[in-house]
Amino acid sequence: MKLYCLSGDPNKPCSILQFKGITFMLDCGLSSLSVLNFLPLPFVRSARLDNLPGWVPRDAADPELEKELKECCGRVFVDSPPEFLPPQSKVVDFSQVDVILISNYLCMLALPFITEGTGFAGKVYATEPTMQIGRMFLEELVDNIEQMPKASTASHWKEFLHILPPPLCDSHRPRTWKQIYNMTAVNKSLARIGMVGYNQKLDVYGALAVMAVSSGYCLGSSNWVIDSMYEKVAYVSGSSTLTTHPRPMDQAALKNANVLILTGLTQTPTANPDSMLGELCMTVASTVRVGGNVLIPCYPSGVVYDLFECLSGHLDSVGMSTVPMFFISPVADTSLAYSNIFAEWLSTVKQNKVYLPEEPFPHALLSRSGRLKHFKHIYTEGFSTDYRQPCVVFCGHPSLRFGDAVHFVELWGSNTLNTIIFTEPDFPYLEALSPYQPLMMKTVHCPIDTSLNFTQANKLIRELKPGTLVLPECYLQPPVIAPHRPDLVVDTDRPVIVFKRDDVLSLPLKRKLSPAEISTSLTEKLHPNEVRSGVSLVTMTGHLVAGDNKFTIKDISVSDLRDPDSTAARGSSGKKRLRVAEDFAKIKPDSYTWGSLNVEEFIQKISEEGITDAKVEKGTSGYIIHLFCTLEHKPGAVGANEVAQWSMEMHNTLHVVINDFNSQLYVAQVIVRMCLFTLLSACNICLFFHL
Amino acid sequence: MLDIKVTPLGAGQDVGRSCILLSMGGKNIMLDCGMHMGFNDERRFPDFSYIAPDGPANNYIDCVIISHFHLDHCGALPYFTEVFGYSGPIYMTHPTKAIAPILLEDMRKVAVEKKGDSNFFTSQNIKDCMKKVITVTLHQSVMVDSKLEIKAYYAGHVLGAAMFWIRVGSQSVVYTGDYNMTPDRHLGAAWIDKCRPNILISESTYATTIRDSKRCRERDFLKKIHECIDRGGKVLIPVFALGRAQELCILLETYWERMNLKVPVYFGTGLTEKANNYYKMFITWTNQKIRKTFVQRNMFDFKHIKPFDKSYIDNPGAMVVFASPGMLHAGLSLHIFKKWAPNENNMVIMPGFCVVGTVGHKILNGIKRIEFEGRQFVEVKMSVQYMSFSAHADAKGIMQLIQYCEPKNVLLVHGEAAKMEFLKTKIEKEFDLKCYMPANGETCIIKSDINIPVSVSLRLLKEEAKKSNMLPPDPKRQRIIHGVLVSRDVSMCLMDVDEACKEAGINRHTIRFTSTLRLEDPGPATKTAEKLVQLMNTRLKDLPILFTDFTISVESVIVKVEASDDDQKTVYVSWDNQDEELGSHILEILKSVGN
Repeated sequence: MKLYCLSGDPNKPCSILQFKGITFMLDCGLSSLSVLNFLPLPFVRSARLDNLPGWVPRDAADPELEKELKECCGRVFVDSPPEFLPPQSKVVDFSQVDVILISNYLCMLALPFITEGTGFAGKVYATEPTMQIGRMFLEELVDNIEQMPKASTASHWKEFLHILPPPLCDSHRPRTWKQIYNMTAVNKSLARIGMVGYNQKLDVYGALAVMAVSSGYCLGSSNWVIDSMYEKVAYVSGSSTLTTHPRPMDQAALKNANVLILTGLTQTPTANPDSMLGELCMTVASTVRVGGNVLIPCYPSGVVYDLFECLSGHLDSVGMSTVPMFFISPVADTSLAYSNIFAEWLSTVKQNKVYLPEEPFPHALLSRSGRLKHFKHIYTEGFSTDYRQPCVVFCGHPSLRFGDAVHFVELWGSNTLNTIIFTEPDFPYLEALSPYQPLMMKTVHCPIDTSLNFTQANKLIRELKPGTLVLPECYLQPPVIAPHRPDLVVDTDRPVIVFKRDDVLSLPLKRKLSPAEISTSLTEKLHPNEVRSGVSLVTMTGHLVAGDNKFTIKDISVSDLRDPDSTAARGSSGKKRLRVAEDFAKIKPDSYTWGSLNVEEFIQKISEEGITDAKVEKGTSGYIIHLFCTLEHKPGAVGANEVAQWSMEMHNTLHVVINDFNSQLYVAQVIVRMCLFTLLSACNICLFFHL
Repeated sequence: MLDIKVTPLGAGQDVGRSCILLSMGGKNIMLDCGMHMGFNDERRFPDFSYIAPDGPANNYIDCVIISHFHLDHCGALPYFTEVFGYSGPIYMTHPTKAIAPILLEDMRKVAVEKKGDSNFFTSQNIKDCMKKVITVTLHQSVMVDSKLEIKAYYAGHVLGAAMFWIRVGSQSVVYTGDYNMTPDRHLGAAWIDKCRPNILISESTYATTIRDSKRCRERDFLKKIHECIDRGGKVLIPVFALGRAQELCILLETYWERMNLKVPVYFGTGLTEKANNYYKMFITWTNQKIRKTFVQRNMFDFKHIKPFDKSYIDNPGAMVVFASPGMLHAGLSLHIFKKWAPNENNMVIMPGFCVVGTVGHKILNGIKRIEFEGRQFVEVKMSVQYMSFSAHADAKGIMQLIQYCEPKNVLLVHGEAAKMEFLKTKIEKEFDLKCYMPANGETCIIKSDINIPVSVSLRLLKEEAKKSNMLPPDPKRQRIIHGVLVSRDVSMCLMDVDEACKEAGINRHTIRFTSTLRLEDPGPATKTAEKLVQLMNTRLKDLPILFTDFTISVESVIVKVEASDDDQKTVYVSWDNQDEELGSHILEILKSVGN
């Protein structure tokens, strides 16, 4: 079993797992940090951005570079449409991927890069909310960037990385960065998704069963269990044990996996989501009280639903119910509508509301009453009439490089009364703000990341007891932002294998068994022999039928292969049925012997039957009995050496050597077998057999 | 133990009070727990004393599965759990759990308050019963206990209707509940994968009907209504509050809009508005088209259809009223019917099936004078129309489902005996399957062939693959696997003999025979050996023969030619006891050369 790691960001994971001949891709997260190196895309031309000075390298002036790179407050930005770093594919050909499993809508933004134009012909599985909300994320991303087309694309700078200032010079493989896909690719890609429910067992080419189980992180988020009947691999991506709106995490299904792959732990291990939420509410109230506006950059679904709920409640409690909230996104209407029809994917409290029947989320009521207004864009009809200050605006994109948020930062940035609150943990907020400097508006960082923190992760690992734990290397060291917190690491007594981008791991999973089925007609013929209490053995021969990776063992179709009155009868009657040549391939041993045989008894038995000249020789691992076909007494024994070389190296071996120099061999053989069989039946030695 | 037993307590050669007992692999499952709308006495509930003569069924039933919210499928549930006594698990889908208690309460009110029925369950009973319900989502595999697994499939009959696949060990049964194989205005078509159950228990309401195209029926329905209102008549459409009602509303709404009609359309109050809310929230259970457009416009926000008030009954002029219940056995629809029936301008459209004993059933059978309690008679002069809108699978649909899931046996329930008989013959003829149709209380015992699941050691499989790859390819040749089956506790594993002995902790005892032959064959010994290989190759097909220098081996049989250039060659033939037959056969072959 092999694992290829294609992503450098544990929260935007993408790995390839090869198991039982099937190639899985686990998530296809898109690393978007690269967009921070680009200038924001405003809806209307911004004089400030247009007038930023070009960046000139220290050594030599390069007019090309100067055109592409702009400087703002000491940081250099690329003046070009933003580019993304899709998962790398040097070692794996995407056309060879059989199945893509998507854990949640935040881990699927690279999907069009992987499925379109690569020859990919496999299946993609995700839950219904993951697919529907994922569609919103993809549509918003494409819409935000396509709304603001740039005249030219910069690529010259990629040749001069070595002379560029940080962080640009540290960019990871900028030549492989790609511009965003278009809607055609998005639609084609999404059309490949097969929707699954939680705990639905998917059959993957008959070889493996794959199941999505609730991960508690967001609507429809899942972890995956890949099961071969004997070995189990659990893949844990974004998960949460906190109580928010999604269905709680299902841990039972992940227990006792042979391998547990763990990614997607919190990006803000030092911040507590609950206190951050409290701080956010207070900040909004205090800003609005003095007449300031609040901008909350956000994604179109997820924590934003909780923000609507908590914030409206808090504003009610401080007597500010009249402050309007605006939710601006190309998919705002879809997001609000869909969230209220996914009752089956919600926490019990929210789910129970539909039995009344009431909408599970209060934002349905908030938008009916006009407290929460949603628009596709700020220039959408109706926004300017409804716009009142002070107000709270929720809009994308959290990177502040495109989307309506760009406009609001430009609009409100110069007023100290206004506040921008960062809640999404994906982008370092100071980096996000850097092209807007100098900025006057207040900046508050309230990251709300409900994914597992290290304490929760360690507790989870203790409960799940995986055979081997596989995780990103960085989880074994304290985070960069808190190097002196040795408690912020994964700490476990389980065997650990770590990975980082571009690693190829061999995972310790040795398959020993395969499932099969035996037909009734065959089982009816088996008569197991109990060799020890609770352990029975029976020799079995069957026709192996393999199809769709499944094995069935059936009765051999030549029904009269063995006479019902077999071994003894065959010997005594002295007659054998004529067999066709093919039959011999189907005749397999019907019994094996075990235990020990009393040699003296055997010699006595055959001498009673007329074979009197048997010579017993003690061999290395048992006895060798030499018979010189008795009737003629012609000596001429086979040399002991030759015999020894034939005898199998095994304890409890009886080797009967019959020397036939006068065609009496057959008679001797029959006698010997008869005697043996009598002895075996007398149970001095046992057989396990199927007649 | 391998037999599967099916006993209908209701819906055996009948429609109404669906309740089927399934017994498989030591587990007992109750499929649906409905009531019969045509009876007012104890016959309305299934005869639960069959399960346990003196009450509580806990020890006899492992789980109850409810397919959908229609009362003939869930109407007896509160009685069974709260009055008769059952506290085990009950499974149903989310929409069923949301809607069933409302219909139950509605029916309870009609039964207790209007008919003065005692010995009925109470509101509290319904609430307590619903607390025991465990919801399932489509395709989710639910382990009821360590052996019993269930899984729901979309059935399309009403919102939240599901078919259930039930597995114990390697035996499985599919119970369809009521289902519909053609998508309608608000629901999708039933779907199931090729799960190859031992038994498919299918409803057969429309066992003999092959309905004409849906469009025609809809056009017909609209034409009849339009004609009636044109002559100033009133149209009564008795419906159940949920399900068919929503589909017909969508139909009428679009027609009214297109034809710009002004005649009022009313919807019986209370339940119905709430009902539409359920449809809005459970949009994921409706069909593709509605799901796609719901963000822009929710199909269940009706513009032309307004709530009905009882005072409108005697309003002059044309109107169309949807009123519940659908079989005219009680409530508002019956009330309106009594008022409007004597006028020949009016019309009643029965859009669904009516059980025996209801007013709906009577008028559909052409009875023109109906007696009510208190020797009250109503003359039926209004036009009575029947439209088959009930979303059941027709004969074609049932055959289609059989084709989808490939069962080994089919068992028909929820239909009339004569019609079932016809379908049974058809199924047996077309699919060559056994088909059963037990009556209520009659037990069907279905023997089933099952494959026993085992494990096979990969070493053994690889060894077999290696051997069969050595032979020239022949697709007709059977692959033979041979080993020792080790059973320990409940697990069984096929291994090669050495692995098996190790696993069982016993020592093998090998008995080996060696026979010596003299062959008259001048020339070098290698030549003799080659001749023997050729001979064995022709006489033993499909067995891999290994040959090195002077030694030939097949399985455990070893043939060795003594290296000497004498005219007479000494040949040793040796084999293990277990290969006696092959060994002596080879010896025979070699001896035949000597002669």
